[in-house]
Amino acid sequence: MTTAETSAVPVNETVPARHRPPRWWRLLGRDRAAAAGAVVLTLVALVALFGRLFIGDRAQRQDLDASLRPPSLSDGVYGLLGTDVLGRSVLARLIDAAGTTLSVAVPAVLCSLVIGSALGLWAGYHGGRRESLAMRVADVILSFPSLLIAVVVLYVFSPSALNIVLILAVARIPVYLRTSRAEAAELRSRLFVDAARTFGTPSRHIIYRHILPIALPTLLTVATLDFCFVMLTESSLSFLGIGIQPPDVSWGLMVAQGRQYLQTAWWITVLPGLAIVLTTVSATLLAAWARIATDPAQRWRLTLPRKRRGASAAVPPEMIP
Amino acid sequence: MTTTSAPAPSDTAPALDVEGLCVDLSTPSGTVRAVNGVSFSVRRGRTLALLGESGCGKSMTALSVVGLLDPAASVTGGAVRVRGKDTLRLSPAERRKLAGPVLSIVFQDALTALNPVQPVGRQIGEPFRIHRGLSRRQAEEKAIELMTRVGIPEPRQRAKSYPHQFSGGMRQRLLIAMAVALDPDVLIADEPTTALDVTVQAQIMRLLRDLQDERHMAVVLITHDLAVVAQRADDVVVMYAGTVVEQGAVHDVFTSPRHPYTRGLLDSVPEDAERGRPLPAVPGSPPELSAVPPGCVFQARCPLVRERCVRERPSLRSTGDGRSAACHFSEELDRA
Repeated sequence: MTTAETSAVPVNETVPARHRPPRWWRLLGRDRAAAAGAVVLTLVALVALFGRLFIGDRAQRQDLDASLRPPSLSDGVYGLLGTDVLGRSVLARLIDAAGTTLSVAVPAVLCSLVIGSALGLWAGYHGGRRESLAMRVADVILSFPSLLIAVVVLYVFSPSALNIVLILAVARIPVYLRTSRAEAAELRSRLFVDAARTFGTPSRHIIYRHILPIALPTLLTVATLDFCFVMLTESSLSFLGIGIQPPDVSWGLMVAQGRQYLQTAWWITVLPGLAIVLTTVSATLLAAWARIATDPAQRWRLTLPRKRRGASAAVPPEMIP
Repeated sequence: MTTTSAPAPSDTAPALDVEGLCVDLSTPSGTVRAVNGVSFSVRRGRTLALLGESGCGKSMTALSVVGLLDPAASVTGGAVRVRGKDTLRLSPAERRKLAGPVLSIVFQDALTALNPVQPVGRQIGEPFRIHRGLSRRQAEEKAIELMTRVGIPEPRQRAKSYPHQFSGGMRQRLLIAMAVALDPDVLIADEPTTALDVTVQAQIMRLLRDLQDERHMAVVLITHDLAVVAQRADDVVVMYAGTVVEQGAVHDVFTSPRHPYTRGLLDSVPEDAERGRPLPAVPGSPPELSAVPPGCVFQARCPLVRERCVRERPSLRSTGDGRSAACHFSEELDRA
């Protein structure tokens, strides 16, 4: 209780400020891992958006004399991360692939997140026949091996980026549908939902204002994990030759193409793999932070001074009278 | 300020009229009747207390009045009339129009009745956005007005706080603010002070009374606290095992109960209990709803039980002066 009493004094001096939620960037600053994740993601996004302007055609330019060079400092900027079997710069290809990878994975994850969550929340809130209908649809999608549908569809239609996005989105909808249905089914029996119904709130408002804000952190966490899955699926499709088509390149395709040189030229496979890992880990860290930062009852954990965290009393500062 | 659509009923007509309400609960072992033929009515400005021990069906009655019954429960008979309409027979859309401006409810547990991730100002403003189409900013202004009215200090700053940042009493005030937002005709208060300590209880009850006087509402107070009923209510309905056993004006019922159950309840107030002696209580416990005996529901615990009670269930008979009781021998109690 001694820590509680000492902290009560400064809190009471700034009464008006106490009620304003802290700015999000200050909360982010408190969690160093999440801040690092945010920096990495920002860098990846910038590279994906603007990287191609700087590398020109380096990602495709072949130089058979410079085949399979290991990473070194003596070959200029583009030799920094070595070259592949055709002598193309791995750094340039990583930058080029960042754009392709994100332009497939981000829309696919967003599509399945939005569609799956909307359906799941609707089904879970209403229950009954609507719920069974939505769940059976999810079962049907899940019962097909998603890679198989992808192969069939992409074989029949052209393997364009749009088709890959659509296929991946449809294949991942059940994940969000099930999660959000479970959340909504639990939340609809909470008293505050009943309370909202007692003054005549229509169900779409209840779903949007009362259920979605609580289910969203969970769904976002699922989405960041799924981001990794989608990138890997895209790489397996590319490996099968029905995903991203050369001369375009994605991180997954680079991993797949470099596999046969793994023993002699590890950098061709390991570096794009590292890019995938780094991106997903950053997204996961950021999601973990977002989950705490969006929960008003947990947010205080991020506002504690760094040294006292963990050692201090488990009482939010604003609860101390 | 009031832009109610339906015409306000005259003061003599009941604001809420419940007639023969029956609610069935489906359980794994079959259907049981949780509420059996409950009738009562309240006028505006009056307070009616629903009194009874846990599991006697008082909350179930309240929930069916506001239309919040669990899927496992269903209303199988009776009528709930407000403004001349039977809410049990309205479409969901029509019901929603009545919910808030006509009927509203204050729950017992204020922490779970408020959304944990929404600032309270936005929550309290929500009824205005739904029924009056106000913008978020306008609704928040209204919410701040209401928070001032129910006695939240620094309402403008506190409107941005979340429910867990308030004390229990303040949360109950917030809930009351939300319930009276649209000036309802009828306010149902489901054990509004059970979770609070005694001083806060008194404050909340005073706030409810002030709001009732100010807005001329009918209040249905659900409670098992005899002291609250005595202080606060005009009329009382005593429930036992899903049925009404006695009803009448509070003063009359409490001074001369005409049902042995009411008598037992009043006797068990530990006011003049002696130190070292066991506290007086009604012996036994209420019957399982699945095994309510065919005769009088109270027969197993009744000190006056006779052969006729086992055979025949007493109906709720009027005993004159606006009171009624469901006992074959209420005259005997009256004389005693």
